[in-house]
Amino acid sequence: MTDLQLPPRQRDVLGTSPTRPDAPAKVSGAFAFSSDLTADGAVWGATLRSPHPHARIVALDVSGALAIDGVRAVITAADVPGRNAYGLIESDQPVFADGIVRFVGEPVAAVAAADPTTCQRALDAIVVTYDVLPPLLDPEAAIDPGTASIHPHGNVVRHQRIVTGDPSVVGDVVVEGEYEIGMQDQAFLGLEAALAIPDPDGSGVELHVATQWLHEDRQQIAACLGLPEASVRLVLGGVGGAFGGREDISLQVHACLLALRVGRPVRMHYSRTESFLGHVHRHPARIWMRHHADRHGTLVNIEARFVFDGGAYASTSSAVLINAVTHTQGPYRCPNAVVDGYAVRTNHLPCGAMRGFGVVQACFAHESQMDRLAAACGIDPLDIRRRNAMVTGDVLITGQPVTSVAPVLRCIDETEALPLPTQPVGGDDHPFGRPGGAGLTSDAGNIVRGIGYAVSIKNLMYSEGFDDFSTARCTVDDGQVALKYATAEVGQGFVTIAEQIARSILGLDEVSSETIDTTVGSAGSTSASRQTWMSGGAVEGACRAVRDRLLSDIASERGVEPGRLEVHDCDVVDVVDGWRQPVREAVRGRSFSEEFIHRHRPTVRLNDLGQGECHTAFAFAAHRAVVDVDVDLGLVKVVQIATAQDIGRALNPMSVIGQIEGGVAQGLGLAVMEEIVQVDGVIRNPSFTDYLLPTIADMPPVEIAMIEEYEPESPLGAKGVGEPPTISSTPAIVAAIRDAISQAYPMARPLTRVPVRPHDIVDAISNSR
Amino acid sequence: MTDVIVDERDFELTINGARVPVRGAAPGASLLQVLRDQLQLTGTKGACEEGECGSCSVLVDGVLMCSCLVMAASVTDTAITTIESVARPDGSFSDVQQAFVDCGAVQCGFCTPGLVMAVTDLLNQQPHADRETVREALAGNLCRCTGYGRILAAIDQVISQRAAQ
Ligand code: FES
Ligand code: FES
Repeated sequence: MTDLQLPPRQRDVLGTSPTRPDAPAKVSGAFAFSSDLTADGAVWGATLRSPHPHARIVALDVSGALAIDGVRAVITAADVPGRNAYGLIESDQPVFADGIVRFVGEPVAAVAAADPTTCQRALDAIVVTYDVLPPLLDPEAAIDPGTASIHPHGNVVRHQRIVTGDPSVVGDVVVEGEYEIGMQDQAFLGLEAALAIPDPDGSGVELHVATQWLHEDRQQIAACLGLPEASVRLVLGGVGGAFGGREDISLQVHACLLALRVGRPVRMHYSRTESFLGHVHRHPARIWMRHHADRHGTLVNIEARFVFDGGAYASTSSAVLINAVTHTQGPYRCPNAVVDGYAVRTNHLPCGAMRGFGVVQACFAHESQMDRLAAACGIDPLDIRRRNAMVTGDVLITGQPVTSVAPVLRCIDETEALPLPTQPVGGDDHPFGRPGGAGLTSDAGNIVRGIGYAVSIKNLMYSEGFDDFSTARCTVDDGQVALKYATAEVGQGFVTIAEQIARSILGLDEVSSETIDTTVGSAGSTSASRQTWMSGGAVEGACRAVRDRLLSDIASERGVEPGRLEVHDCDVVDVVDGWRQPVREAVRGRSFSEEFIHRHRPTVRLNDLGQGECHTAFAFAAHRAVVDVDVDLGLVKVVQIATAQDIGRALNPMSVIGQIEGGVAQGLGLAVMEEIVQVDGVIRNPSFTDYLLPTIADMPPVEIAMIEEYEPESPLGAKGVGEPPTISSTPAIVAAIRDAISQAYPMARPLTRVPVRPHDIVDAISNSR
Repeated sequence: MTDVIVDERDFELTINGARVPVRGAAPGASLLQVLRDQLQLTGTKGACEEGECGSCSVLVDGVLMCSCLVMAASVTDTAITTIESVARPDGSFSDVQQAFVDCGAVQCGFCTPGLVMAVTDLLNQQPHADRETVREALAGNLCRCTGYGRILAAIDQVISQRAAQ
């Protein structure tokens, strides 16, 4: 055996922070986002959308569009060869409206033409005659059985009760509140875009698209096209962020239909305005909660009612609702509860997945309640949370025991221990440091600083009996490792983690990932904080299977038991006689390929009383917000966010930090800036001019403590980290604003809605001066 | 800038030092549209096409601009610089690009070309920009993924590396 002298090197294994494999292409402009893709002979597609929230289509005349030079096709509901309906949970949303439109922006027709300008002329030339119907816009009315249904499936998408213990228990201290959460947009920067390439004989189609879940898209697309799934191939086009907004179908079916119709590749791109209409949003919600505690602040009962406005179509509303109601209690023990939740259809924009998925709404309500309860009991807000903090083994109001590591107390304590900002109240002299920023500079003397805390629990992965799995293949050929998976890389960095896993397990450093497409089994969705656990588990399993084959081959050649061989760093080692050989040499001339499917443990659907082990695992986080508020002007500057988060194990610390900072930014957005405004069913702010996202000037520094307690149920010991930062950051910021307001106006009414708008602050103090 | 001829569909631009013909641009097409659709210079991104996100940032005669707001036919006599020219002639990355890679400033990467342009321009103009100056200068570049923390870390790396040289 030659003793290969390798230079010492830093290996990009688990626990380190290697640079992303796609970063070089991304910093040079060479990375191909789905909107950058084209093909020879490609034409453009575009969509005609409803201007009405609810109307009957009386007539649809496309002849004018077809007569325009350069227009290749105009398609409507009549041209959908398969099922004219799709949806993640129920197929209730038409590819094109068939007789009725149910929201402003609903697709009515699509065109293909030589260029985008001609597409627009064609859309303008389609004549649709509508008989406008009264829209259903009040979610409470949607619950009322007496209200006419706006959809054949009815107005209530799901109603779920949870009853546990003795819900009639009355506490020594009772606090009650009604909360409202506005509609938030995912606002990924990379707009919806796809390139559909028809097979030469028209028997199938290849779709390059920015999505979160290739296989689910394929299944829905194939059903609408009336084609077998095998005839529809999906390839991930570069994804410019997702955050839940790409879990549903948007332009996928339209692009494929047009491509098959015209026999040429079709490019479809949404504008920003169209994007606001074309994907689902975070559910606006109204939540009522009444918390009962004993005089020491120990929770004894929670009553709650949730109403989620799902808009016109079901999307994932039912799962979002389940997440909300099952997280009513937050990360706190409570023996008794009665919860009632509704997700309903209205003629608003459809809602579905967004980072936090129902728990964002629940957390804003339960954390606002915990602060009220603390005040009512005369206890510090952190102490009341410590007193009730959940631990592993506690049983949720659904009857499910929490088996995950549950370091809630550590989250609270370590958040509190993070340093407070040194910046003086009102910031330094730079106007960016003040509430309102450069444009609306507050008078430094009017600024009050507030501090608020919030704590969260979030389920990880899919729930309620869904067969949740991920597939990966590992191929080692002459020392080169190739990983194959269909896991949508949307920016979160799975491509980095996957390669780290392979290096760690195989002891080989030349690792690459193959094209992400449907030529391998499903990876499930890039959502629900699930890919590190699920696809990480699949990659790990595939790499282990390859390693086991390699070790057993070597063992039989050496005539030893395979159990004696292990991979230590980059070497195969016989733990009995000390023999060792670099893996790179050991695999020379050999090739292996193994596929592995990872499943998490099964879950069940909730019963009528909301009982059942419907979730798999949980992650926890705490946030502290420090804000400066000009109370009289209603202006807020978030000065600092501090957070301690339960992450299991940091597989890539830089990625974890990136997820936390990015998630906090979205939580800050919901707290003080972001809301889709609809008036009479019409969106009023479908642009980045009017829908405000946090800029670098709005984002404060984020102080982070990563709590690493290895999660035994996770294949790599790690928990998903993407969602918790978005969940409790929002209520922490609002708590801090309330704290500031109450210092200036002790009798002010508490803020109960997000986002907090300047006039909400001014309203809260009116009559309390 | 030259006289604006709004209907011009065929013209020439000077991009990254080369004179390039544009044929059949849509009347009134923005520089962003021409770069991406006519010239296949797709490194420059568009996320709003109304001047709010900065992902389309380019230099026009050395001035940072949103290419979505510039009519292509109006900049025929200018020197336009895009993300494709930021790497060094030997293909290696500029210090700003390298810092973005090193510091985790890239997630989905859609904002990245625009931010690389904006940060490069800022640090060329103000090599010692303090934190507030940086925040002010980059307030027109939206990033939805990172929360900006690692972008600031990348900028810090460039500033300290340049100071050490
Ligand atoms: S695309 Fe030009 S600023 Fe957004
Ligand atoms: S990295 Fe995704 S928008 Fe900035």
